Amino acid sequence: MWGNQNRTLWFWVFVGPFLLGLGVFTYIPLGWSVYLSFFDAHNTVTPDDFVGFGNYRAMLRNEAFTDSLWTFFVFSLFIVPATYALSLALALMVHRQRRAQAFFRSVFFLPAACSYVVAALIWKMSIFNGVRFGLANTVLGWFGGDQIAWLSTTDPPWYWAVIVTVRLWLQAGFYMVLFLAGLQRISPTLYEAAAVDGARPGWQVFRHITFPQLRATSVAVVLLLVINAFQAFDEFYNLLSDSRGYPPYARPPLVYLYHTALGQGQNLGLGSAGAVLLALIIAVVTVGQAKWFGLGRKEAE
Amino acid sequence: MRERPTAGRGDAVVRAGRALRLSLLIALALLFLIPFYLLVRNGLSAESDITSPEWTFFPSSLRWGNVKELFDDTSVPFARSLLNSSLIAVATTLGTLLLASLAGYGLARIPYRHANKVFYAILGTLMVPASVTFVPSFVLVSSLGWVSTLRGLIVPTLFSAFACFIFRQYFLGFPRELEDAARVDGLGYWRTYWRVVVPNSRPVFAAVGTIVFIGAWNSFLWPLVIGQDRNAWTVQVALSSFTTSQVIRLHELFIAAAVSIVPLLVVFLFFQRWIVAGVERSGIDD
Repeated sequence: MWGNQNRTLWFWVFVGPFLLGLGVFTYIPLGWSVYLSFFDAHNTVTPDDFVGFGNYRAMLRNEAFTDSLWTFFVFSLFIVPATYALSLALALMVHRQRRAQAFFRSVFFLPAACSYVVAALIWKMSIFNGVRFGLANTVLGWFGGDQIAWLSTTDPPWYWAVIVTVRLWLQAGFYMVLFLAGLQRISPTLYEAAAVDGARPGWQVFRHITFPQLRATSVAVVLLLVINAFQAFDEFYNLLSDSRGYPPYARPPLVYLYHTALGQGQNLGLGSAGAVLLALIIAVVTVGQAKWFGLGRKEAE
Repeated sequence: MRERPTAGRGDAVVRAGRALRLSLLIALALLFLIPFYLLVRNGLSAESDITSPEWTFFPSSLRWGNVKELFDDTSVPFARSLLNSSLIAVATTLGTLLLASLAGYGLARIPYRHANKVFYAILGTLMVPASVTFVPSFVLVSSLGWVSTLRGLIVPTLFSAFACFIFRQYFLGFPRELEDAARVDGLGYWRTYWRVVVPNSRPVFAAVGTIVFIGAWNSFLWPLVIGQDRNAWTVQVALSSFTTSQVIRLHELFIAAAVSIVPLLVVFLFFQRWIVAGVERSGIDD
């Protein structure tokens, strides 16, 4: 049974079912998507009206689509640095806290068990309800501030405060755990050496020991944050749509594609072209970032 | 080793620093807990306490009857959506653990010439964000006639490259001595896997299982796309359609949301240390 002959067979017994499913439910949809993107496919998955790169041209000239890319860009400009800074700060504080460390870690990690749908409900209907009630406006009122219509005003765009804080609350704890894992791996001898060299605990030690030692973790965190921001859908959809539909602003790519491909027009060709474009952009950004950070240099497994 | 030399600084300064850090942590912890408090507060209030312009910390009365009202309300398929979500989350978790652990073991421990190529073919799909493929996946599932069925909601999500990757990394570090002992006893790959490897790998199964369960319970885009019929709604889709349609009363909506996170909080508090261990072991920050 452990002989050469049977090894190949057993390899496929173990790996085959998984690979087959992955092929059917990931590779085939990918191929099909590329195929559909070259056809005029309204309400049909077996179109025969070949349009070449027409869908791609239409998508790139479509202001709603380019605006959605712009929305993603603004969103990641807020959410990536904010999450990075908050999760790193939480990790540093929790790591040094001896008493009740597990309690604090649990509290900050707890929102990870909450769904975007539930969090969006709390944010939209309880904290940032700007019409009649809401915690944020109540707090503003204590300080004599004016009431703000958080989600329905575009000038100034207060909706960003709502969208960004939901995600910050939901994901900061998860990235804090990544940083905590990184902090635990830093050798205590480095700190002892620093103390011998006269480095003062606090900023100096952080700058010269802790932060450089967390480099690999930082790179992974930033990559994950950007990829996740690209896929934002749940909170935008749930915070901004109502019975009348989705407003024309703050529509990230996935929300736009959802409405294009599965909305009333069911334009699957155009939607697929958008999906392929989005996948290409994500690939370029991810690979570019990885190169920029020098990831893969120590790829030795 | 959190104790560091204080380099001649006074004890008072150190103690002040510690107190400052602790107060900051407590303040942040309260801030993080406020949304949970609001969920419960609103869920147990009368509707007038939620929409009142005069917001108060405590509602005027606690109405536990809201839970009963929610399940008695026949205009809302809430119980059905809870059942759907439970079935989907359990089936997805068990299926993923089985398929991904077998594949991970095969890739890590059964010598095969093209094992690395297969591994990269699997790893490559991690680069393709699942939500970018939702259009073609929807097309595929609808041409199979699986829209609004549990099959359509479960089967396509069973093949998690992420879970497979974690299992492979874990099995690469599995002690060979245990397998060698099994080999001497005349066990083949299959029985070695079930009798020796799985029983000795409970932590990684618990970690991956918890992460998959939470992900399946909270997932929204795929159930939204596939669960078009009310009877196929998951709890997230049901909640979302309540928020956007406004036919439901607010206190019912909040108590529904609160009920929807109870199963997760139980799983979460019970398995939290496994999640942390799983994250540390996944190697994503290595």
